[in-house]
Amino acid sequence: MITGILDSITIAKRDIIRSFRQKSQLYGSIVRPVIWLFLLGTGLRGSFNAPEGFTYTQYIFPGMIVMNILFASIMSGTSIIWDREFGFLKEIMVAPMSRASIVFGKTLSGSIIATIQGIIVLAFFPLVGLHLSFIQIILTMLGMFIVALSITSLGIMIASKMTSFEGFGTINNFLVMPLFFLSGALYPIDRVPAWLKPLIYINPVTYSVNLLRGIVLKTETNYLTDTGVIIIFALIILSITTYIFVKDRK
Amino acid sequence: MNIIHVEKLKKSFGEIKAVKEVSFDVEEGEIFGLLGPNGAGKSTIIKILVTILKKDGGTATINNFDVEKEQNKVRESVGIIFQDPSLDERLTAWENLYFHSKFYHVPSREIKNRINNSLDLVDLSERKKEIVINFSGGMKRRLEIARGIIHTPKVLFLDEPTIGLDPQTRKYIWQYLVDLRDKQKLTMFLTTHYMEEAEICDRIAIMDHGNIIALDTPENLKRSIQNDIITLVTDNNIGFSILVKEKFNIETTFNNGTLEVPVSNGKTFLPKLFEIAGGRILSADIKKPSLEDVFIKLTGRKIREEEASKRDKLRDSVKRRRRT
Repeated sequence: MITGILDSITIAKRDIIRSFRQKSQLYGSIVRPVIWLFLLGTGLRGSFNAPEGFTYTQYIFPGMIVMNILFASIMSGTSIIWDREFGFLKEIMVAPMSRASIVFGKTLSGSIIATIQGIIVLAFFPLVGLHLSFIQIILTMLGMFIVALSITSLGIMIASKMTSFEGFGTINNFLVMPLFFLSGALYPIDRVPAWLKPLIYINPVTYSVNLLRGIVLKTETNYLTDTGVIIIFALIILSITTYIFVKDRK
Repeated sequence: MNIIHVEKLKKSFGEIKAVKEVSFDVEEGEIFGLLGPNGAGKSTIIKILVTILKKDGGTATINNFDVEKEQNKVRESVGIIFQDPSLDERLTAWENLYFHSKFYHVPSREIKNRINNSLDLVDLSERKKEIVINFSGGMKRRLEIARGIIHTPKVLFLDEPTIGLDPQTRKYIWQYLVDLRDKQKLTMFLTTHYMEEAEICDRIAIMDHGNIIALDTPENLKRSIQNDIITLVTDNNIGFSILVKEKFNIETTFNNGTLEVPVSNGKTFLPKLFEIAGGRILSADIKKPSLEDVFIKLTGRKIREEEASKRDKLRDSVKRRRRT
């Protein structure tokens, strides 16, 4: 068990060293939310009415954090495809480590990188006119981490079944975008038509947005449901991925 | 002691029987070579032995651990140089070795020493702080060799260790490997389709279409042919081959504008050929049999013939590009 955790940490450490050598991804994670937050926030301000007490930019702020985590997590998850493409995955697969610790190590590194990208957005909070206490900031980071954990595990599960990057654009269009737009990140859920609601409620990203919005804006939400759904989702996906890895020896 | 034991090993991919009931043993400390054309089943056997591929039937043990039931024990016992590159090119040489040591649970206090020793062995100590992406193909290969031995495995598997490298680099790589055997008494299990490289093996198993068709020392295999080969250039190769058939009842073969005559003793037979030729022979040479000839005798064709297919050429050139 302890060996397994140490193995995961080793795998995560390598991924993190790698990713800090790739600066472009980091720059992208700063530019993307700035564009969305200020252009979208300003542009849509007139058309949307944010719930009482917030500007529209403030209202979508937690959603922007989730968006950055979403992109980063899926990206990190797919780093497995790079590893496969460049042969390093074989080096990992023939090492005397349990398949579960390999999957968890990959998830851990992806989550840490994604959380850092979430923190980059969070750092903009004074600019959108929010006041956060120290405790709120800490809770937001914890929230971001479990959100990152669940989405990264999803990314890894998809990547474990992909052999090339050709399908990556498809995943972006048919998974990441719907997950984001059907999450209530940009609009209050109670205002959408009834037929759309089931889609929103089976979307784990919805609970991620609710959780972070609850912490950051102190809107009303059920923290237990939110964290519960996110963590259970992550555990299910991680188990499936581990199973895929074990069964991978055709 | 047998460090590798394989009995009636079987593996199919759909309809294709890649490995058909193969059995062999490898002794501790020997260099054992699997030789055969592409698609003979060599890599499939290696993949099964190092636990990344599931076998369909038979048994295989390494260091007395079953490759199916004791996967992690087997993984600890082997080092692997894959056919395709498998380094993390964004990490430095040192980091690649460091993470490998961690993956294989080398005790922390030993890691630094082991890394430095294996880098010394492949002459890469000077470059240890460099990012691997800048390395040449040969350097990457050497680094992979260093990595393969850092956790002191019992058996080092090398799947086509010199594929895609230029001839000079190939020579160096073999030098390092022979050095390694002499210094560390390590068992090596390698595959290659370069016949001349197989000569360094203590024993060779020749594979074709998923079967082992011969298994012996290189010397014995060559001796089994019992033939020298006289290579002739004549004014009319076809006509002369008919003449040789008539006079001596010997089947000759054509090769690149030359005529090859297999005989038991080249030195004494050559004058007889001159006698019947009456000035038609333009040049003559006597060749001792090579492993290539052994392969031709066993299968009736050359080992490289299949290799020259378009797809393989593409594959090789892709590999070469990745390695540079």
